[in-house]
Amino acid sequence: MKFVGDRYLRKEDPRLLTGRGRYVGDIALPRMLHAVLLRSPHAHARIVRVDADRARAHPGVVDVVTFAELGSAGRALPIVPPHADLRGRNFAALAGDRVRFVGEPVAAIVAENRYAAEDARELVEVEYEPLASAQTLEAGAPAVHDDIADNLAGRVTLTRGDVEAALRAAPRVASLELHIGRGGGQPMETRGLVADWNPALELLTVWASSQVPHQIRQFVGELLDLAPHQVRVIAPDVGGGFGAKLIVYPEDVLIPFLARRLARPVRWLEDRLEHMLAATQEREQRHEVTIGFDDAGRLLALRDHFVHDTGAYTPRGLVVPLLTASMLTGPYRIPAVESSFESRYTHRVPVTPYRGAGQPQAVFVIERVLDLVARETGRDRAEVRLANLVRAEDMPWDTGLPNYRGSGHVILDSGDPPSVVRRALESARYEALVAEAAAARARGRLVGVGVAAYVELTGVGPFESARVRVDPTGRITTFSGVSTQGQGLETTLAQVAADELGVTPADVTVVTGDTAGVEHGVGSFASRAAVVGGSAVALAARDVSAKARLLAARTLGCAEADLEQAGAAFADSRRPERRVSFADLSRLAGAATAALGVEPGLESTRVFQPTDITYSFGAQVALVELDPLSACVRILGFWIGHDSGRLINPLVVEGQLQGAVALGIGSALLEEIRYDESGQLLAGTYMDYLLPTATDVPTMVIDHLETLSTLNPLGLKGVGESGALPVPAVLASAIEDAVGPRGGRVTRMPLGPARLLELLPPSLAEALDRG
Amino acid sequence: MTTRGAVAHDIAVTVNGVARRARVIPRMLLADVLREEWGLTGTHLGCEHGACGACTVLVDGEPARACLMFAVQADGSRVETVEGLVDGDGGLHPLQEAFRSRHALQCGFCTPGILMTLVAYLRVHPAPSEAEIREALSGNLCRCTGYQHIVQAVLEVAGGPLTPPSPRRGEGERA
Repeated sequence: MKFVGDRYLRKEDPRLLTGRGRYVGDIALPRMLHAVLLRSPHAHARIVRVDADRARAHPGVVDVVTFAELGSAGRALPIVPPHADLRGRNFAALAGDRVRFVGEPVAAIVAENRYAAEDARELVEVEYEPLASAQTLEAGAPAVHDDIADNLAGRVTLTRGDVEAALRAAPRVASLELHIGRGGGQPMETRGLVADWNPALELLTVWASSQVPHQIRQFVGELLDLAPHQVRVIAPDVGGGFGAKLIVYPEDVLIPFLARRLARPVRWLEDRLEHMLAATQEREQRHEVTIGFDDAGRLLALRDHFVHDTGAYTPRGLVVPLLTASMLTGPYRIPAVESSFESRYTHRVPVTPYRGAGQPQAVFVIERVLDLVARETGRDRAEVRLANLVRAEDMPWDTGLPNYRGSGHVILDSGDPPSVVRRALESARYEALVAEAAAARARGRLVGVGVAAYVELTGVGPFESARVRVDPTGRITTFSGVSTQGQGLETTLAQVAADELGVTPADVTVVTGDTAGVEHGVGSFASRAAVVGGSAVALAARDVSAKARLLAARTLGCAEADLEQAGAAFADSRRPERRVSFADLSRLAGAATAALGVEPGLESTRVFQPTDITYSFGAQVALVELDPLSACVRILGFWIGHDSGRLINPLVVEGQLQGAVALGIGSALLEEIRYDESGQLLAGTYMDYLLPTATDVPTMVIDHLETLSTLNPLGLKGVGESGALPVPAVLASAIEDAVGPRGGRVTRMPLGPARLLELLPPSLAEALDRG
Repeated sequence: MTTRGAVAHDIAVTVNGVARRARVIPRMLLADVLREEWGLTGTHLGCEHGACGACTVLVDGEPARACLMFAVQADGSRVETVEGLVDGDGGLHPLQEAFRSRHALQCGFCTPGILMTLVAYLRVHPAPSEAEIREALSGNLCRCTGYQHIVQAVLEVAGGPLTPPSPRRGEGERA
């Protein structure tokens, strides 16, 4: 391969660096109107009456729409994916007679400009009858949905072996209770839409800052009663997603509805407060863990039961808790496992996957367990991990737990976890680091080393499609069903196509996130875009290359074996003056007759359907210092060992890992969405919800291993979420080490200053109290 | 863009060396005028409360949050935006070049604000240390990169000549 594997500079950068990117907010159409939303101020209330007369009369206002005006567009959005044990409920484009979280959309105000729309929003009068809300995961909370009195969205138990017997037989048994709080993806670009209804064509065009344009097309079509060819959804430049743009939201249906109703383009741009209030969140779970092990630190039995907060609705069913439960054993061999959960509704923002999707919780649980086992057996934490890891010779390793899709077990397909962990340890000079930390502690500093390993589920199906086309001018365009939110797919997919076609990535234009590009697409999430999307591109480009060669040989009157390719042209190696270009071949194929023996067009559309999930591995080592006075954690060093199969572009992969670690640092130390007892958001700005800044994130050292996946044509595995998974675990491990045996145990995430102070050893805490 | 009842003001601003005029109501934000009236959509709005720094532009050479500044406050001043960083031939500024070669951007949404913040910083501090760069960056949020490549990009240009720009690299050059 010529370009796959290259640190190729990104094709999208010149545009993005010079202010020529085209994000949704940059799209301005003639006669465009601006919508703003009125959102519920209550976590739970009955809507008694909405009076929008004054708002409608406000200068510049064109329309005010409530549930009553929606008609059949007011049906609940579909839930994906289905699950037999799910009691699913989803929101509609606007709330009907009931609101179920603070921030749920109640009315849309459309005006000539956003200033007028926001003024008019103040004039909409809504009479609410506030109701008691469910703000805990305990039984007995007020029902979120009248027909689900116990707030149970689903209960699932996954088992391997007889965990009861294995726990009884284990020489040692210990328990843990762990709690993880809420956070969010927080892309720097908020969500947003521009919708335009063309009555002459009966065509709805929607620009959406989304990770799933094809799914928006499907849901909009269903709810607005339009055929797929009448809806085109385009995700243009998207300013980050991280899961916050993964689901189809009420606004994704509402704004197209308004555009059609008013026969004028309508733009809605979410502001940051709305994003904090109403963009989906994740992570809140409470785990009760019991572990059986032996004196050598080998894991023998694991039982985990957790309660998962799913918020007010379940747009993504049980995906998040299923991921936590099914990925619980990580890269470790555990003979007997029982992993069960209850997913409970609360009157809070719906919970759907964000970078990591249930897996950071699983990694936190199992890594806390390994630290506990190390402590109980008096062994080194890295040694205990190495003793339990799945080895290269065990692959493929069946964990025995059903995967979250219900398509079979979690089967680790390929890889060498012990090598990945050892390389991370070597890169960190682990033994020396542990000694240095101990020496620093002996001098009174709270310095500690942490270690954590992880598996990441990547490259999930069901499929992705790609179209590769050489047009009659010789331009090569690759269309993909995935969309890009900064992952560099415009470049990496071009690298894949270029290698297959024998050209350079500069010759290939990549179009992602446009439903007009390919008929079927799934989207970018679950670290799948490069793996599944890249595989589809490879297949389609291979077809085009084969067709080009066949036609070139025929045109030049030679055998394919005699062809010599030079860029976008072929020559007969025996008579090199005879040449035919891609453009010539495209024109020839464009008029293909039966006699030519090929279908028209120098192009191919292919779908790649992975037969199973492919798993990446990694390990992280962190060196931290806790300042007892400021209760701040400073990360002094950070090392990553990682194996995500073949790297299409190491530069991009490093960027993904670094960014994901930064997000993980936020999850571990800074970011928490909290609500008061009535369900009011307590972190509505970036002054209360702290994202990591350049002074919070350390320089990281990355070491790659490349074990090729056996499940796709290029041996790819995903990477986008990997870096985030173990960060809470590795920092917990390091902080616990820093506070020493007399300090507290980390049982909660995130660890803000108050919780960090609780971990200080009693002698130090007393000394600080005395001042 | 006006709202009935508000008195509109005529403003004149030099943006990236070009004299521009607009009639604005007093509460119209500088960011909205740049983006909606003058089509300079490279300045992005990430939080609209002055915390994320995506909308940073230079007003008379000083970094300012275009989401917190009224357009009337910019009357008579000199504003620089990301669109003004390229040279007359469209060649990238050395900092833009370094961002590209170091993969210092992913989604690109925060990038214009970060570039403007750093351009102003480097004019005054041409040879900062890594710690100083991180401190200078700490008022700008980036959710994608983890900042490491941004810091490297700044280190690459720090101390070097900021003008004239280095020759533009063709697409396809490898790092």
